[in-house]
Amino acid sequence: MPVMTYVQAVGRGLWEEMERDPAVLMIGEDIGVYGGAFKVTDGFLAHFGRERVIDTPISESAIVGAAVGMSYLGLRPVCELQFIDFIACCFNQITNFVAKSHYRWGAPVPMVIRGPAGGGVHGGPFHSQNPEMYFVHTPGLKVVCPSSAYDAKGLIKAAVRDNNPVLFFEHKFLYRRVKEEVPEDDYIVPLGQAAVRREGRDLTLVTYAAMVQVCLDAAEQLEKEDGLACEVIDLRTLLPLDKETILSSLRKTNKLLVVHEDTRTGGIAGEIAAMVMEEAFDQLDGPLMRVTSLDTPVPYSPPLEEYFLPNAAKVVKAARDLARY
Amino acid sequence: MPVNVVMPQMGESIFEGTVTKWLKKIGEKVERDEPLFEISTDKVDAEIPAPSAGVLKEIKVKEGETVEINTIVAILDDGGAPTSPETSATEAAAAPKAEAAKPATAPPPPAPAARPAAAPLPPAAIGGELTFDPAKLRELGIRTSPLVRRLAKENGVDLRQLTGTGAGGRVTKQDIQATIAKGAPAYAEASAGLPAAAGAPAGKPAAVELGLAVPRERLYFGRYQVEPMSAMRRSIAEHMVASKRTSAHVYSVDEVDMTRIAQLRAQHKGEFERKNGAKLTFMPFFIRACVDALRAFPTVNSSVDGTNVVLHQDINIGVAVALDWGLIVPVIKRADEMNFLGLQRAVTDLATRARTKKLKPEEVQHSTFSITNPGVFGGLMGLPVINQPNVAILGMGTIEKRPVVIDDAIAIRSMVYLTLSYDHRVVDGATAHQFMGRVKKTLQEWQEPIL
Repeated sequence: MPVMTYVQAVGRGLWEEMERDPAVLMIGEDIGVYGGAFKVTDGFLAHFGRERVIDTPISESAIVGAAVGMSYLGLRPVCELQFIDFIACCFNQITNFVAKSHYRWGAPVPMVIRGPAGGGVHGGPFHSQNPEMYFVHTPGLKVVCPSSAYDAKGLIKAAVRDNNPVLFFEHKFLYRRVKEEVPEDDYIVPLGQAAVRREGRDLTLVTYAAMVQVCLDAAEQLEKEDGLACEVIDLRTLLPLDKETILSSLRKTNKLLVVHEDTRTGGIAGEIAAMVMEEAFDQLDGPLMRVTSLDTPVPYSPPLEEYFLPNAAKVVKAARDLARY
Repeated sequence: MPVNVVMPQMGESIFEGTVTKWLKKIGEKVERDEPLFEISTDKVDAEIPAPSAGVLKEIKVKEGETVEINTIVAILDDGGAPTSPETSATEAAAAPKAEAAKPATAPPPPAPAARPAAAPLPPAAIGGELTFDPAKLRELGIRTSPLVRRLAKENGVDLRQLTGTGAGGRVTKQDIQATIAKGAPAYAEASAGLPAAAGAPAGKPAAVELGLAVPRERLYFGRYQVEPMSAMRRSIAEHMVASKRTSAHVYSVDEVDMTRIAQLRAQHKGEFERKNGAKLTFMPFFIRACVDALRAFPTVNSSVDGTNVVLHQDINIGVAVALDWGLIVPVIKRADEMNFLGLQRAVTDLATRARTKKLKPEEVQHSTFSITNPGVFGGLMGLPVINQPNVAILGMGTIEKRPVVIDDAIAIRSMVYLTLSYDHRVVDGATAHQFMGRVKKTLQEWQEPIL
């Protein structure tokens, strides 16, 4: 099995889908001749041609707007946003057209909007954000956040094949740091299914994307130093949310800590907390707790960014408090 | 993970129950709180819900068998992973701590007969009702979590007796699991906190031997069939014999003109039902009249404890409900605090739930006075046996039109015979007749609006 980085796995998945289905095409800034800012589509232009690998001017609104039109006509466009922070520029296209077309006219919108998200790379306030919750709040979309190379390939393939619009948030901190064996087979990872990354009985850590490794590191330390067995759940898809995996873990551990890199207020942790209260209140043996980024823009200064982001030490501390509760 | 299903304690003085019916077969799936089996105890018949979702693995107590409370009657498999050895180790470590903290708790299910009447009183905090209500627990300074309260409720654990090992003395999942693992629900009977009754037998107070009045062989002759009594039948039999043996029964009969109330009812029953969704019956009129008379004559609202008379401050009216399979007396608590509509609703609700076996154990306890209605089956009058530990019971005969003399004229009026069976140990004839006079006056001169 070939060893691939996370970013290569995304590219590999897209390549396979373009080979499989002539309706799939790429559209974005610098994705053709240059091969993409992060080289996801390197070599695509030469192989698939200008008709299917379309370079655009710098206008996210135009990229997504054009893609919605293509999807109405039966194509399956994949939009690359060079940094997902600029998804704000096409917010209207996504929330009012992409998300609502099916609801208004029954028109399927089989398109993907993908791009690098997340901090930890000293990218500053415009190149480090986690804007996923704007879209988790928007009915009609699916929101995917892979944490491994294997999932990156399997989920991007599932996203391309889905008849609903899918927002695909790739974590740029993981792009080249995650390297693992990825099968060459044509496999998919279904949307809406979380994965249990580590089994445990004392408390459950629910997380996604770059925080999965942070939680696994924290769980390892808690096991060694405190004898605490933490279960780690990787959500993989935020919308639809895999409630059952969360609830079944809670029924075992009865304590829940949600960790996300997104800022605190309005993050997925609050939504999970409300869901747990509604559906499993009498399973709770302690308060639902969260470790998140602070409610500020992402700082540019490296020490400040480090202070801003969750890390294993912060998770360990919160987990200890919760375990002692 | 296997989950034990136990015979629940359906009331303070109940020590055993009979499994009357299994509602699920082995291998069948059951949801949490879905009825799993039916039981019959001294006080109520009830459907018992499953403590958790799962598959019924094993039935340990067959239909018809009677077992002590807390006996494991079945095992469910909840589909979860078996407890890992590490967990057991933590539980084992937590167990001695919890045990040391509450020396007053008896080991496994207390054998009722063995509890000596002069047992040392447990700490005062143990008295009162077993509670899982978060607000009440907070008042008692007991810190819990939603999970702990649920586990406590499902397993009958008295949270007041646990010492929490969590932050700030919080009772944790581990604490309660350790208690449950020991197999002994820590519920100390509330009655243990009350002063010991003078000369009253410990354990099952109402239980009496159902003896024979004649030699056994004189019972069996000719053609016959023998049927064992149901738990409820046996309970009624024991209760009635005990009552007759304990109380000095005396009976008073009075006649009441119900014409005014009959007219009122005929006139308003349509509107009453439309407005309130409840049928208008005669029962709330009688309850109201009794409540008023009980207030005026508090000895009728009492119990006897040896040479003490316990004058109840609450007026709780037991109303006998005939069932196809026996008889039960659900109780309208604090009937003196209800308005007319409230009384009618309570009567209808309790009777309906009695017939559908949905009564809770606490709803058939703590009556201070009872009413029975043999008239409903056409009886002219009945002389009921006192419902212990009350000292009086009112019997209503059938309400029918009879010729009566009013001011030297013969008139047709709706009449009823009321009877009062009372315990002459505390209620004398003078009180009983004044009580009845007051009931009669309230009914004949009914003033209270019913709409």
